[in-house]
Amino acid sequence: MADVKVGDAIPELKVTPDKYLTHRYAGASGDFNPIHIDAEFAKAVGLPGPILHGLYMMGLVAKANAALADGDPRALKRLSVQFRGMGATETEIVVSGTVKSVDGDTVVVDTVAAQGENQTIRNAEAEVQL
Amino acid sequence: MSVKTEAIGKEWPATTYEIGREKIGEYARVLGIENPVHFDREAAKAAGFRDVVAPPMFAVVYSSPAVAPAMFDPEVGMNFAAMVHGGQEFEWGEPACSGDEITTTAKCLDISEKDGKGFYIFETNAVNQNGDQVVKGTWTLIVRGV
Repeated sequence: MADVKVGDAIPELKVTPDKYLTHRYAGASGDFNPIHIDAEFAKAVGLPGPILHGLYMMGLVAKANAALADGDPRALKRLSVQFRGMGATETEIVVSGTVKSVDGDTVVVDTVAAQGENQTIRNAEAEVQL
Repeated sequence: MSVKTEAIGKEWPATTYEIGREKIGEYARVLGIENPVHFDREAAKAAGFRDVVAPPMFAVVYSSPAVAPAMFDPEVGMNFAAMVHGGQEFEWGEPACSGDEITTTAKCLDISEKDGKGFYIFETNAVNQNGDQVVKGTWTLIVRGV
């Protein structure tokens, strides 16, 4: 297995979703809630604009952790997240994580997704089998 | 003011979803996932999968149709205008591949209230056509001002 130890950082994943990302994610996922794809609707309900789907950002967290196992889709065994902030399009998302335990070939990573100071996902815990 | 709790323990009818190769590719491209096992059958087979394999978080695609009727059930009584997705957990088993028929059930695990917020927790369980556990999901939805 790869040489991973407690305290190691996972490689940072940086993505800047373009203006139409939420439309493509809506199509891919089936979640067409207008708060994600309709700027006027979003503003009418008090949001600054269309917000990113939380599960899209969770998908990026999954991708960043799978990278520990070269993107093998079998590696991610469990992922638990808390959605804490709204994500915006056209703003860079940085997913970062730190290994908090290693037990045999199973690694647990504490992961955060943030746009600047805004932590959209925190306390994310990923169990990855290497 | 309080939340209704009679739906705790309620289960909803199973939904089925047949996974298609192009749908996997569409999802992977949106997330910028480039591993060929998500696009190319030969690459997937060479890596030990039965067919083109879905990225783990593709679970939302086949699990959401099962949890939606639970969320919209009047017995649960959620106020959607004030709802946010508070948390999500998935635990994966057998990989989900193109051609798999996934059957997913949903159940209400808990409804509670704290500091004027309602916490609604649902569980989904997805199995494939062979009866293998594919993914278990725990969905936490929070409603403000209950």
